[in-house]
Formats: sequence, structure tokens, C-alpha cells
Amino acid sequence: MSSVSTVAVGNLLSLDRPDQSTLVIKLLGKWHVSRNLPSATVVTSELASTPAPARVAFDASQLRGWDSGLVSFLVGVSKFCRARGITDDRSGLPSGVQRLLALAEAVPEKKGARADETRPSFLVRVGDFTIDYGRAVSETMAFVGDLSLTGLKFLAGRARFRRVDFVEIVQDCGANAVGIVTLISFLVGVILAFMGAVQLQQFGASIYVADLVGIGMLREMGAMMTAIIMSGRTGAAFAAQLGTMKVTQETDALTTLGISPLEFLVLPRVIALVLMMPLLCLYSDFMGILGGGFVGVSMLGLSPSTYMRETIHAISFTYLFIGLVKATVYGGLIAMAGCLRGLQCGKSSSAVGDAATRAVVTSIVLVVVACGIFAFITNILGI
Amino acid sequence: MSATVEASPDNRTASASEPHIVVRNLTMAYGSFVLMRDLNFTVNKGDIFVIMGGSGCGKSTLLRHLIGLNEPATGEIFYGDFNFTKAAPAERERMMHRFGILYQSGALWSSMTLAENVGLPLGEFTDLTPAQIREMASLKLAFVGLSGFEDYYPSQISGGMQKRAGLARAIALDPEILFFDEPSAGLDPISSRLLDDLILELRASLGATIVVVTHELASIFTIANNSVFLDAESRTMIASGDPKDLLAHSTNPTVHQFLTRGEPEKESTSNGQAH
Repeated sequence: MSSVSTVAVGNLLSLDRPDQSTLVIKLLGKWHVSRNLPSATVVTSELASTPAPARVAFDASQLRGWDSGLVSFLVGVSKFCRARGITDDRSGLPSGVQRLLALAEAVPEKKGARADETRPSFLVRVGDFTIDYGRAVSETMAFVGDLSLTGLKFLAGRARFRRVDFVEIVQDCGANAVGIVTLISFLVGVILAFMGAVQLQQFGASIYVADLVGIGMLREMGAMMTAIIMSGRTGAAFAAQLGTMKVTQETDALTTLGISPLEFLVLPRVIALVLMMPLLCLYSDFMGILGGGFVGVSMLGLSPSTYMRETIHAISFTYLFIGLVKATVYGGLIAMAGCLRGLQCGKSSSAVGDAATRAVVTSIVLVVVACGIFAFITNILGI
Repeated sequence: MSATVEASPDNRTASASEPHIVVRNLTMAYGSFVLMRDLNFTVNKGDIFVIMGGSGCGKSTLLRHLIGLNEPATGEIFYGDFNFTKAAPAERERMMHRFGILYQSGALWSSMTLAENVGLPLGEFTDLTPAQIREMASLKLAFVGLSGFEDYYPSQISGGMQKRAGLARAIALDPEILFFDEPSAGLDPISSRLLDDLILELRASLGATIVVVTHELASIFTIANNSVFLDAESRTMIASGDPKDLLAHSTNPTVHQFLTRGEPEKESTSNGQAH
């Protein structure tokens, strides 16, 4: 049987069977990746469905242009041929294509290097997660423990860090944050006042807006809003700074010099934020009350002096003190979360971004949890 | 005072083949993944010792083990008679003060000027006054050709200058052992040649033992008198000794291929077919 059969596939390819033992792949027209090229499966299914030929040859006499699209197709075909023990005769191909094919096949594929496509089972994933989580917890504990020891060293006056760095950090997380704290706190005061006014006006009790804003800002919102601002602003900055230092091996350079990064980098940051947070919170309280006063005077028809008198009557030092204690604690949490995430950073630029994100998420979660714990404690103490 | 007598500081003259760093049965691993096993080699006082091998085979990791940034999975590292692996943290830290390390990227502290970078170790571990520290930092910067750059920040100078400033910081405390992680990576041929000269000069004048991680053949043959060759495939060392001897005598095809840039053997062109 030596009948000649021809199968045309699209307008780029036709398959010839001049005799039983040979398949000739005829390449036609322009083979460019930008066009819709046939895949190697067109040929392989033809090879699989009919009695297999011993040899595959190529005819490129009508090929008018090619790029790596053609090479990719041919690699697919020749892989299949090799698997089936079919010889592929490349002499009909342009010499450039032959050389690229040889280049692609020069180094054999590394076994086991491709990403594993099988998804691990549910139990494996739960196990992995638990192990990772356990490791993260112990890492965090070690960090807090080491930092506490370093803190004691600082109290004993033996901690080593540069005063200049400390002053710069104080400047950055204190004075430089005043603008944003002003804006946000004033607006929060305005929002609290509006929220209260809508309800209180119904009873003709607009004056109590002053109580609401005063107590709200002092006890909760001043500290909370400052914490949220600082975790987005300073916590993320700490993580990014320390993360970058990790990537550029600057932390390694400290460690091998016998200077603990915890002492040199983390401690001044934690101290700076712990010192600045209560000050910012105090300022935030003031701005919030001012915002509330603005609404009271301009919308509710209260006189400035009435509003002020009512506010002074409503608030107490206890409330102020509670707020400031909270702010101090939040400051410590934000600085620690930022620095921990920074020091845990991986070794690439995207890892620095991740570290900053994780720092913000961690510090906000910690702040909200701490806020809950404070609410519980103050409730028990009845203050 | 006779100015004619040549003497290296602290009598650190390279007495022939006195072991300075001894690595015994070192296995390096990340978790359960073993990177290299059974590493055994000795670096003598005054050697310029090269850790070589293909990319990603664990050269830098070996360096991190030597300087105490990574813990060995098994095995021990000795500095003279001092067991570095088993030592208490405080002892170990004291040993680390005798190291000078040049990191791959320079690793200068970016918030400090060059003088402050070089001066920090001096301020921490000596009793010098700030003025003396500044003077000493200027001197070390002058050694590496960066006179006048004291008040520049690392971001204001080129990569090659950052490397040299890193070197100035590494020699701030006149270390006994200098470690270099890929000193010529990212440098143009001339800068990297100048850095090689600087390394040789420092060895001659400081009398320090020098350990270099590199895969630059030109550097290897110019500076090294001892080496270890790490092989990623077999995950262990497959050769050690003077690289020039290895080139001349090594029978291991991987080592030979590496040291000749994988160029074909000479006899293959002797059949007259080459055009």
C-alpha cells in the first residue's frame, strides 16, 4: 500500500503521507507568534491515530517567515517523536530553526525542578499551617523576651545605640506626625458631634454633645485614632526600614560586629514611639474636642463658652489618664510589631513590601485587641 | 626609631603553615535540606583562601557559617585552638571582633556617613575620643582611596566606592581575619582589578588571613594561594589547595572545566581542522 494521503490543517500546515513509513510535515506561509499558530497536538494526534510512521520529515519550501513560534511547535513535535521512537529528519528545515532546536535541546531538563502541581492533602496543609504558626509564635515570644532584656539593659544605662538616630526617630514619629494627627482628630471630633447631635437634638439635649465628644475623645478615640495613624505611618516605616536593612545585609553587618540589631535598631524605635504616643494622643484629644466645638457652635447654636464649660464639667483626669495609658501601650505594640515584621523580612524587594503590610495588619489587630482588654479591665475596676 | 625595619603590626608575621581556621566535618543545612556535607579544610595564617564553585552552590552560606551568622547542622569550626561552634555567646562575640567582613553589597549603614560607618566599630570597641575616631576613620578611608568622602552618605557614591568604603569599615579594627563575599560582583574589570590589588596590599601590610568567596577566575589566580572547591551536584567539596596547582594537576573534570571556563582541551584543536 503506497497511496499518498494529504491532510491540510488550517492554512499553515499540511501533513503528507508519501509512503507508509514517512510523514512529511509541510510548513506554509508565515509562522509568527502574533498569529494563531497550530499546536503540536495537531500533528501528534495524527501520528497517534494512524499506523505510526518510522520517520517524520519536514518540508519548508513554502515557508515564508518564522520566529520562535515555529520553534516551539517543532520542539513539541520532536518531543513526541522521541517518546515514540520515531526519527525526526530536520534536514528540510531552515538552518536557523535547526540551530535553535539544537540549542533548546542542548541541556536536558532538570528532573524534579518543575513546580509540583499536585495540591497537598487537607491534613498536610493543616499540619504545615500548625507548624508554621507554632514557629511564628515562638519567634514572637523570643523577640519580646530579647527586647525585654534589652530594655533592662537600657534602664541600667548600658544599651548601645546612637543618640543621633534616636533623636531623628523621635522627630519623625513625633513632630512630623502632628499634621496628619491634627486633620484626622479634628474630623473625628466633628463626626462624633454630628452623630450625637442627630439623636440628642430630638430631646432638645444638644448641649450633651460636648459631654459625648469630650469623654469619647479622651477615653477611646484620641488614643485609638492616633494608634491607627501611627501604625499606618510609623509602624509600616519601621518595618520597611528594618526590612531593607535586612535585604542589604546591614543587620548582618551589625550582628557580626557584635552589636545586637535589637539594641541598636529596635530599642530606640520602641522608646521613641512609646514616648511620643501619649503626647500625640493628648494633642489628638484637644483637636477632637475642638472639632466637636466647631459643630456645636456653628450648627447647634451653642456658644463657645457654654460648650467649653460643659466639656470641662464632663471630662475628668481619670478619663485623660486612661487614654494616655492606652496610647502608651499602643505605641509599644505598634513599634514592636513594625520592628518584628521588619526583622522577619525575606531577602527581596517584594518581601519588604510584605513586611510593611504585615506590620500594619499586625499592629492594628494588636491595638484593637488591647483596646478590648482595656475595656474589660476598666469595667471591672469601675472607672 | 629606625624607619628601615619592616615589621607587620602585633608580630602577626605569617609564620609558615600555622592553622588559623580549621573546619571539621561541617554540614550546612536549611531545615532538612542539606546544602553541603563533610567539609574539611584548613586555612593557614596569612593565607589568601578562596571559596569557589558555581553559582548557588553554597559559597556565601559557607562564609556565613564561618562568621557565625548561620549555625552548622553538624561539625565544628575552630579559630586556632578556639572552638567557635561550641563557644558561649560572649566568647564568640569577642572572637567576632577580630573579624573584618566585606559584604556582597557593601552593607554600609545607609543612615550614616562614610566616616560614621567606619567609626562605629571604633566607637563601640575602643576608648578613642570622637576626634581620634574621626581621624582614624579618615585614615582607613584613605587606605581605600576615598580621602575626602568622609561626609558622603552611601547612597551618594558609586557601587565600586561603596565596596571600598565597606572594606575600610572591615579593616577599622585591624582584624586578624578578613572575609570578602564576592568582592568583584557588580564591578567593572578595572575596579575589580584595583580591589584585588588592594586585597593583596592589605594582606602584605596588615598580615591578616583573608578568606574570599568568588567565582572570578582572574581574581582567583591573582590573589589566592589556597582554596576549596564546592560542587553543587555532589553537595560536598571536591578539591582544595592552591588554585594554580589545581589548574595544572586536578583530574576532576568539574574543577578543570571551572578553572578553564569550560573551554575545550588544547589537543582537540591539534588535528588541523580549525579554521
